[in-house]
Amino acid sequence: MLSADNLRHTFGAVRALDGISFSLPGGRTLALFGPNGAGKTTLLKVLAGLIKPEVGHAEVTGGRRAVGWIGHQSSLYGHLTVRENLLFWAQLYDLPAARARARVTELLGRLGMTDRADQPVRVLSRGLMQRVTIARALVHDPEVLLLDEPFTGLDLAAAGEFRRLLGELAGQGRIVVLATHNVDEGVELATDIAFQVRGRFVHFAPRAARNAGEIGEAYRRAVGNGEGGGGG
Amino acid sequence: MLRHAWVIARKDLLLEFRSRTAFVSATVFAALVLTVFEFGRDPTAVATSDLAPSILWVTFTFAGMLALNRAFQLELENQALDALLVAPISRTSLYWAKLVANCIFVGVVEAIALPLFVLFFDVPVGGILLPLIGVIALATVGFIAVGTLFSAMVSRTRFAELMLPVLLLPFLVPPLIGAVQVTAQLLAGRPLSEGEGWLRLLAAYDVAFLTLATLLFPTTVNE
Amino acid sequence: MTIAQRGRWVSLVALIFLAGVYVRALVFTPEERTQGLAQKIFYVHVPAAWSAMLAMGLVGLASILFLMMKDYRYDRFAAASAEVGTAFSLVMLTTGPIWAKPVWGTWWTWDARLTLTLFLFFLFVGYQLLRGAVNETSLRARYSAVLGICGLVLLPFIHLSVYLFRTLHPMPIVLKPSAPSLPPSMLITLLSSFAVFTLLYIGFVMQVYGAAAARDAAVGGGR
Repeated sequence: MLSADNLRHTFGAVRALDGISFSLPGGRTLALFGPNGAGKTTLLKVLAGLIKPEVGHAEVTGGRRAVGWIGHQSSLYGHLTVRENLLFWAQLYDLPAARARARVTELLGRLGMTDRADQPVRVLSRGLMQRVTIARALVHDPEVLLLDEPFTGLDLAAAGEFRRLLGELAGQGRIVVLATHNVDEGVELATDIAFQVRGRFVHFAPRAARNAGEIGEAYRRAVGNGEGGGGG
Repeated sequence: MLRHAWVIARKDLLLEFRSRTAFVSATVFAALVLTVFEFGRDPTAVATSDLAPSILWVTFTFAGMLALNRAFQLELENQALDALLVAPISRTSLYWAKLVANCIFVGVVEAIALPLFVLFFDVPVGGILLPLIGVIALATVGFIAVGTLFSAMVSRTRFAELMLPVLLLPFLVPPLIGAVQVTAQLLAGRPLSEGEGWLRLLAAYDVAFLTLATLLFPTTVNE
Repeated sequence: MTIAQRGRWVSLVALIFLAGVYVRALVFTPEERTQGLAQKIFYVHVPAAWSAMLAMGLVGLASILFLMMKDYRYDRFAAASAEVGTAFSLVMLTTGPIWAKPVWGTWWTWDARLTLTLFLFFLFVGYQLLRGAVNETSLRARYSAVLGICGLVLLPFIHLSVYLFRTLHPMPIVLKPSAPSLPPSMLITLLSSFAVFTLLYIGFVMQVYGAAAARDAAVGGGR
C-alpha cells in the first residue's frame, strides 16, 4: 500500500506539489505523466522519503526498506565494478552474503549484464549503466518501486526486457510508480494513469481499456494550454 | 547501525584504493608542505627543533583538509547520496561511516608523512613514538569529527573547496595548539604527563564535537 | 509600525545615549593615571566585545531553537544577530589595537581574549559566507544552524586553549567579588556604556530582522 495525503511542497516560488492525494494498493502500476517541471520527481522523492513535504504526509507500507528507487542519476560508484556496486547496496539492505551473491547473479543474467559483471561502472555506456541502475533498485526485492524516467538510455531490447520484468513484479502484487514525460513508454504496463501538471493531478483514474493513442490524446488535452505536451 | 557504517566506510576506502587520486595528492601534498617549510625558514636564525612541532601539525591539518573535501564529493558523483538516503540506514551510521573512512584515510597519510618528517628534519622520535602516535590520534579524531560534519554541508554549496577551509580553520585552533604543545614537550624529551592539561583539552574537544556532530549530522542530510 | 521602523527608533535612541555616555566619558570621568586618554577607548571596546559575544550566544540559542521548532523566525533572527555581531566584532577589533598601541606598545598581541574575539569575527564571517553559498531556504537555515551551534561550543575551547597558551590581557577588574577596583565614576560610565551597546544591538537586530522578514514576505509565504 502506498498513500499520499495532501502533499504540498515549494522550491522558492515554484510549487512542485500543490495538494496531491492518492493511494495505490498492491498489484497496481501507476504511470505518472507530466511535462518537465510538473513536480513528478519531487513527488517520487517525497514518496521515497528523500524530501519531507512542507505539508501533508506520504506513507509506504514496510517503510524505506520496502522501496526500490531509480532517480535521474544512477547512484552507482564509477570506480567499483558492476558486481561490487550491487553487492554494496545488497549489504545496506541487510541481505545475507550468500543470498546477495545469488540475487546479483540472477539480476545480471536477467538484464543481460553477466559478461560485464566485473567491469567498472564508469566504462559502461549510458544504456548499460541504466541496466545496472535497475538491478540496484531491485536488488533487495522491494515491494514498492518508485521509478523516475527509468527508460532513459535503454535500447529497444533492454526496454522490452525491463517492461517484462516490471510486469512480472506487478503480477506478484507489488506496486510500481513510473514517472515519465513520454506517454508511449509506460502505458501498456499501467493499471492506473495520472497526469501531473504544475504540482497537481489533473487526471487520476484506472487505465481501463484505453490504448496508448487514446491516453496520449487525453494527455495532450489535459496538459494543453502551451504547456508543451509530452515534449521538452 | 555500526555494521552499515562499516559497510559504507569499507566501500569508501575501496573506492579510494581504486582511484588513488585523492590519496596520492594528499600524500604528495604533505611531502611538499614539509619541503616548503624546510626552505621557508632561515636556518641560521631558527633551529629546526623549535619549529618542528608546528611544521608537523600544519602539514597534518592541511593534508586532512584535502581528505575531507573528498568524503561527500564521491557520493555526489552519480547522486549515490540519494540512494543512500532512501536505503534503510540511519543518518547517524552515514556520519560514522564517513568519520571512520576519513580517519583511516588521514591516518595513512599521517603514517607516511611522519617518517618523512623525521627524515627531513632529523627529529629523534625513537623513544617517544607511542605517546606521539597517541597525541596524533587524539588531535586528528577531533578535527576530523568537525570536518566530516562540515564537509557534508559544503559539498552541496557553491565553492565547496574554498568554503570548507574558511569554516573549518577556526575549529582547528584548539586541537592544533594542543597537539603542537604536547608534541613539542615530547620532542624536548619531557614526559607525557607534563602535558596533562593539553591532553585533557584534546580529549574534551573530541568528546564534545563527536557528540555534537553525531547529533547534528542528520539535519544536514534530511530534506 | 513595522519591526524595522521600530528598530530604527531604538537604534536612534541608543545612538543618542551613546553620545551622552561619551560626553560623560570624556568630560566627567577622570582620566586613568597610567593609560591616559587612550583608556577612553575602553568604553567602546569592552561593550562592543560584550555585544559581539551576546550576538554569538543568541545566534547559537536561536539555532538550537530553529532545529527544535523548525520556525523560520529563529533562523531569520540568527542571521540578523550574526550580521550585527560581525559589525560589533569589527568595532572591537579596530578599537583594540588603537588602545593597545599606546598602552601595551604593540598593535596586536596573541592574548587569549584578543584571539578569541578575532575568531569570533572569523566565525561570523564564515557563518555569513555559508548563508550566501546556499540557495535553498530550508537547507540554508539548517546548515547555518549547525554552524551556529558548533561555533558557540567552539568559543570556550578556543578561549581555554589560547589562555593555556599565553595571556597578558588586563585581568577582569569589574567582577571581582570584593569591592571593584574601578573607581565608581569610571564604573558607572562603563556600565551605562554596556547598557547602551545592548540597546544598540537590539535596535540593529530589529532593523536587519525586519528587513529580512519584509523581503521574505515579498518572495512569498513568509519562508
